[in-house]
This record gives sequence, C-alpha cells and structure tokens, in this order.
Amino acid sequence: MSAGSQVMADVQDAAPAALSSTGAFYWSVRRELWENRWIYIGQFVVAAVFVLGFVFNMNHWLMKMRGLSGTDPAQYWTTIAQPFDIASGLMMGTLILMSLFYSADALYGERRDRSIFFWKSLPVSDSTTVLAKASIPLIVLPLLTFAITVAIQIVLVLLSCVVLPANGISLAMLWKGLYLFQMWGMILYHLFMAHALWPFPVFCWLLLVSGWARRAPLLWAALPVAVIGALERLVFGSANFLRLVGTRLIGGGAPADITSGEMLPTGPMTHLTPLRYFASPGLWIGLAVAAVFLVVAVRLRRYRDPV
Amino acid sequence: MACIEARGLRKRFGSTVALDGLDLHVEEGRILGLIGPNGAGKTTALNAMLGLIPYQGELKVLGRDPWTERERLMVDVSYIADVAVLPRWIRVAELLDYVAGVHPRFDRTKAKGFLEKTSIQTSSRVRELSKGMVAQLHLAIVMAIDARLLVLDEPTLGLDILFRKQFYDSLLNDYFDRTRTIVVTTHQVEEVQHVLTDLVFIDRGRIVLSCSMEEFEQRYLEVMVRPEQLAAARALKPMYERQAIGRSVLLFDHADRQRLAAFGEVRTPSIADLFVAVLGNHSGATREVAV
Repeated sequence: MSAGSQVMADVQDAAPAALSSTGAFYWSVRRELWENRWIYIGQFVVAAVFVLGFVFNMNHWLMKMRGLSGTDPAQYWTTIAQPFDIASGLMMGTLILMSLFYSADALYGERRDRSIFFWKSLPVSDSTTVLAKASIPLIVLPLLTFAITVAIQIVLVLLSCVVLPANGISLAMLWKGLYLFQMWGMILYHLFMAHALWPFPVFCWLLLVSGWARRAPLLWAALPVAVIGALERLVFGSANFLRLVGTRLIGGGAPADITSGEMLPTGPMTHLTPLRYFASPGLWIGLAVAAVFLVVAVRLRRYRDPV
Repeated sequence: MACIEARGLRKRFGSTVALDGLDLHVEEGRILGLIGPNGAGKTTALNAMLGLIPYQGELKVLGRDPWTERERLMVDVSYIADVAVLPRWIRVAELLDYVAGVHPRFDRTKAKGFLEKTSIQTSSRVRELSKGMVAQLHLAIVMAIDARLLVLDEPTLGLDILFRKQFYDSLLNDYFDRTRTIVVTTHQVEEVQHVLTDLVFIDRGRIVLSCSMEEFEQRYLEVMVRPEQLAAARALKPMYERQAIGRSVLLFDHADRQRLAAFGEVRTPSIADLFVAVLGNHSGATREVAV
C-alpha cells in the first residue's frame, strides 16, 4: 500500500468513527414502535370503543344537560365535563397497562427470538438501546396518550356541536362548562408527572427483569414485590411496601405533590403545583432508584445470554 | 496488520470448557474456514471475536478489544450468526431504514440492487419470507456494508443446495475483493472448499490444524490404492485409511507425489476427509466413517 492510499484509508477510517449517537437513539426508538405496534393500536382501540360507547349513551348525557338548573357552576362543570373526564381517565388507565406490559417485554422479546444477535451486529451500544426502550414509557407513550385524549375530546366537542342544538340545548352551555385548552395543559402535565416520572422506577424495574428472566418476566418482577410485602406483613403487620409500589404504579401516592385539589386533573379548581412536585424527595429518590435499575439493565444486556 | 489475533483465549460455561487456550492469527484479505465438530467451540470463538461474550486471554480484532469496544468495532465488522436472527416482525423496508440510520458504512442503493435480483418485496415482513429468502435478505444487507471483516456462523444452515450455491457465489463475486476478510464456520465443508484461502480445524476448544489452502494442497495427498500394493503403501505410514467402493483410500501427510503415484490415482483429499483423519487421530481412535 502506498503512502497516499494509506492516508486515504486513515481518513476513511476516521470519518465514521464519529458515530452519531442521536441517530442511533432515534432509530432505536423507531424500532421499538415497529416492534410493539400493539402499544398504540391498543390505545386507538380503547379510544374508538369509548367514542362508540359515548354515542350510544348520548341520551343519558342529554337528559342530564337538560336538567341543569343554570345556577350552580360546580354542577355545570361536573355534568358537562363528565364524558371528557371519563375519556382522559380511561386513556390514563390504558397508558398504565401499556407501559407495564411494554416494559416487562422490552429486553425479553429480543432475547426470546434471538434477534439480539442481529441488533448487536450493528454499531449501537447497549446503553443506547436500553435508554431508547426506557424512553417509551417515559416520553413516547405519555405523548401518544395525550394526542389520543385530545383527539377523543375534539370528537366529543364536534359531536356535541351537532347533537346539542338538534335537541334544543344551547351550545353556550357547553362553552360555559368547558375549558378545553386549560384542560389539555393539565392533562399533559398530569400524564408526565403522575404517569411517567412518578412510576418510572417501576418501569425500570420491569425493564431490568425483562433483561434477566428466562421466562415470564412479569411474574419474576412481581415475585420479590410479593415476597417483601409478605415479610413486612409477617414482621411488622403493615403493608407499606405494597402500598408504595401500587401507588407509584397508578400515579397516586403523591397527588398533593403533583396537583392540588381534585384527583382528576380536568377540574377548573385544580392547580398545578410543579414547584412542590419537583421539590418532593419522593420524586428524586424514585428517579435515583430508576437510574440504578437502568445501569443494571445495560449490564444485563451486555452479559446475559439469549433465552 | 493482522485482522484477528488471539492468544491463549479461554472461556468456560460452568464446568464446560468451550475455549481451552485458543491461538489464532488471521491476516487481512483471507477467507478462513473454521471447521470443527459440534461443541468444538467454533461459535464461542466467533462470539468472543464479536464482543458478545467476555473471555480470558488476549484477543484483538482489527486492533480493537471486542469486549470493551463492540460498538465501534461493529462499524468495521459484519456478521450473520444464523439465518434465524433477523427479527420476524420487521418489514424489509423498515430493516433497510434502520440499518441505513445506524450504520455509517451501509449503502442502501447497493442493498436494494441485491434485493432486486431476488423475489423479496420491500413491503414483506421477515416472517412471510422463506428460509432461503431470509438468508438472501441478510446477505444483501451485509454485502451492502463496507466492512473489513465479515463473520459467517453457519450462514447456510437449513438452506437447499441452490440457495447455498448462490450464497457463496454472490459472496465471492459481489463482495470479496481481497482486502476484506471473511471467517466462516459450516458443516457443509465440501461447498466451501474452493472458496477458502485458509483452513483451521478446531476441537475441544483448541486449534488442531491450521494451514493455507496452498499448503493444504501440497501437504495432503490421497491415493486409491490397488489391493496388491496395499502393504507397500501402508509402509509409507499414511495418516488415515478408509474404504471406498471396495478399495482402500490412504491419506498421506508430506509424502512424495511421484512415489504415491505408483500405488494408484493421487488426488487432493476433500476437507471433510482430512477433517475425519485429523480428528480421528486427535481423539486417539480410528473411526469408520461413511462420507
């Protein structure tokens, strides 16, 4: 090889050395969405079923609307916003289930079908892969849930615009009781604070176990929780640990830290309290535990054999 | 620079020793066949080279430590571990997108060009493709990556003879350019004999034979001996003897071609025959093998 071609080879060698880790991360997230189509198809199905249910039960809602006295604003709000609340609550419940099942399968699926050999034959690090997987319940799913919830609520508004006047109810009633943009802001805030950041240690624990278990990762993940819960009950007669895990998972346990007032974030009386939320030690302890679980998950992906 | 340099490579799984002090040196631009019986440690050795498992001993691939630098190494190394590892749920188009997105040396146009020669549709999912088509797809992707080392672990397992032939033909014609290195393990040794430039036999985690194909052709000769000359031929100490169509076939190491020609037709043995001879002697027992 001549000196010139040696230099050429060195230049060629140096160029791709700067691997784009953002590119690898982006494509790793895309891969998760291709691989786990059910996480959004499931949400669409629940949303469609809800809209159908609303259409069939519309008479019930119309009767209630007719019965509104027009004096008590609180009553206004509860009646008019009810289907909107149910929609967002239902989608949040779906989000919890999707995040749970996704995380429990995230590092297990590629080991079960041995495609991990293929993924590892490409220049993508284990930490990039694990972080991309963790970003699904932390960022992607809450955003998706938000988009679908907003879409359902727009459909509800459009339906109301047709149905209410046709039944002799003034549309003004709807606008009086509904603060759409304020509600959407709160839903977005609530989704990230209560259903992404707060339960993040639970999702990371599932991710870790999915990278370790030879079968049934969800059961293996639940086992230590059940054992610790049982021991606590035997020794102290209390159930604090189980309550801690449970409330983390459903996004409760610290509602006062997330929002004040109502559990459901759609009420006009609810105020966001981000300062209190971000100052709560529970949040940071949880995130620290989540970080430890993630580090272990990265190591497991590196060392653990396929199933 | 050596492409692969292994010294005293060791790996055990529980009480099983998979690699027992393996030494291997592969120059760039070679096509090495790693041949061994089941459980000999071939796949373990390859996995170590690819940074998939930790190991003891010294190992450098393209000057890098595979275990600590897997991510960087995979820019220069491609591998097909087994035809079944492409994820079954993925669409061909998604697969091309993904590899193009994460691999700086992947040429999408080239991959599409290879795929156009097959009946694979980019809208198909991998699970809808036949086993042979999955192998074609994986090969198309790997050949479109400008890598310096390609590792193939039983790439044609379970494929019919047409696909196997095509597989090695395209590898030689469309990919190998004498600067890249290819390491291949396979049980279909006859099919790679004309492809290889170097040969390594591995058994029980150790290298039992290592030579270039030129050496192989010079060193090993096989004679189908006429019955009346059997005793004379045996006196030259063949390394192995087998029966074929009622005749004795004797395999010699470092023998004089002229002298052997006196006993019968002399030819280069197949890798499979040499394998049986070496492994048979190695394990201390002469095995009767029907090839």
